[in-house]
Amino acid sequence: MHGLSTFEPKNGAVKWLEARLPILSFAHSSFVAYPTPKNLNYWWTFGAILSFMLIAQIITGVVLTMHYTPEATLAFSSVEKIMRDVNWGWLFRYAHANGASMFFLAVYIHMFRGLYYGSYKNPREVLWILGVIIFLLMMATGFMGYVLVWGQMSFWGATVITNLFSAIPIFGNEITTWLWGGFSVDNPTLNRFFALHYLLPFVIFAVVGLHVWALHVTGQNNPDGVEIKDVEKDCVPFTPHATMKDGLGVTVFLLVYCWFIFYVPNYLGDADNYIPANPLKTPPHIVPEWYFLPYYAILRAIPDKLMGVIAMFAAIAVLAFLPWLDKSPVRSAKYRPMYKALFWAFVVVSIGLGYCGAMPAAEPYVTVSRVLSVLYFGFFALLPFLPRWEKTLPVPATIAEAVLAKSGVKAEPPKPEPVKAAPAKAPTKSTRLWK
Amino acid sequence: MSTATPSTDETSRRDFLYVATGSVAAVGAVSVLWPLISQMNPDASTLAMASSEIDIGAIPAGQIVTVKWRGKPVFIRHRTPEEIKAAQGDDNASMPDPATDKSRVQKPEWLIVIGVCTHLGCIPLGNQGEYNGWFCPCHGSVYDTSGRIRKGPAPRNLDVPPYAFLTDTKVKIG
Repeated sequence: MHGLSTFEPKNGAVKWLEARLPILSFAHSSFVAYPTPKNLNYWWTFGAILSFMLIAQIITGVVLTMHYTPEATLAFSSVEKIMRDVNWGWLFRYAHANGASMFFLAVYIHMFRGLYYGSYKNPREVLWILGVIIFLLMMATGFMGYVLVWGQMSFWGATVITNLFSAIPIFGNEITTWLWGGFSVDNPTLNRFFALHYLLPFVIFAVVGLHVWALHVTGQNNPDGVEIKDVEKDCVPFTPHATMKDGLGVTVFLLVYCWFIFYVPNYLGDADNYIPANPLKTPPHIVPEWYFLPYYAILRAIPDKLMGVIAMFAAIAVLAFLPWLDKSPVRSAKYRPMYKALFWAFVVVSIGLGYCGAMPAAEPYVTVSRVLSVLYFGFFALLPFLPRWEKTLPVPATIAEAVLAKSGVKAEPPKPEPVKAAPAKAPTKSTRLWK
Repeated sequence: MSTATPSTDETSRRDFLYVATGSVAAVGAVSVLWPLISQMNPDASTLAMASSEIDIGAIPAGQIVTVKWRGKPVFIRHRTPEEIKAAQGDDNASMPDPATDKSRVQKPEWLIVIGVCTHLGCIPLGNQGEYNGWFCPCHGSVYDTSGRIRKGPAPRNLDVPPYAFLTDTKVKIG
């Protein structure tokens, strides 16, 4: 989706730079003239919200690094020092810790959006898979960041998660020893987690770059799931339309974020993590951060160690195969009554799994999480067969038609070419840039 | 400079040079890769802390003492006659990782096991669970008074570390 912009610099300095590095025209065609479908709703602002959160996490994270000590005997007290002594340290730590939660909240909404509107379908498979990779990197980064606090839940969470690798046949124990750099989670583990927690956000940043690139090649999906046919009729330029809409989305999201930072900064955390790590005492009830709970429930639902670990990773990996599991030619759930019902069932199942993951490993939660795990995978197993039974609703021919139908206006039929060629109109200021 | 004849199917000196250069580059890459992987394994100071001696004379029957070995807890359980009887009595019971009680102890009254659940590494709680052995609070694995897995997701019995009785009241682990 490019070639719509004719960026013609007037300024001499801009011209000079353009001839050497066309970065300004690139930014202009990507974020100013870029054609966005007319019918995008607010669920489409989560891309901007996520970009904002990534930058916010990197900035607060770099600030925290300046005051944190990645050493097993000092880490916990250095975090407390940040909270009590460092100027505004409490603000940066609460913003970073709650920022991780907000980041995951936004990414889950973003993913469910893609799921609902069929954004993973041809030709957006690579775009979707890059998203799954970003999600995996986020999980690794979030997990390692949580360990750095070196409280009880950090330590035992790290122990449980690294022990997942001991389920690998034959080399399992060697791999865990290698990950730890010792015979248990200890100072070497903390050191390497610190190094990787600093590195991975920049890897995420790079993959986000690829994600946006892929998005700009295929163009955005939209609530009606029909491709752009006529840029003039189906689209509006990114600036000001999407910029303003994203701006409002980010602002509302910031309100929620700030509410957490300033009113309930520890609500999403665990009280046990304010106890320094003790390698000789496991807390009675280990729970990961809320954003890992559904996967944790799947892990615990299966009574076999290796199978539990496989199921947990499969629950994430299966997302990457979605473009080929869903065989329906219709993208948006708006026109797929059965898929729509299935989607909402999947949302309920996912939230249910999260709830079970937070509960102790006892009845009735074990049985419930087993049933929900089967339903979770059942959603993906049903997708290939759905088109056999599903009667889809009529899909509008174009985005313009869908937008006009909403306001009760019938889309004008494609007009025959006027016999007399109209005199070429001088481009108006608003259309010139992106036409 | 002379140019080689543009033959495609004959092996030339140039092909040999390509393969030789590529091989040297591959050996070089691997020799750099190995230190990169190996540096993450336990270092010399970690390996040096490999054994510890413990005085067990003061542990009364029925008590479990936890000591630290290689950064992990080790349970030293002074078993009561009833606990020994219960453990030996279950030798033929069906379990995920069958083992006789005799194979897991050197002296029947002393059970020494690594206190790390073989599921995902939590520390099980002593004198708890259905068999009054250990119970892991994380994911509900149940161990008996011989440290054998009886119920729950753990795949193996609690591991027995290498140890030796130096005297009747002194044991060396590792």
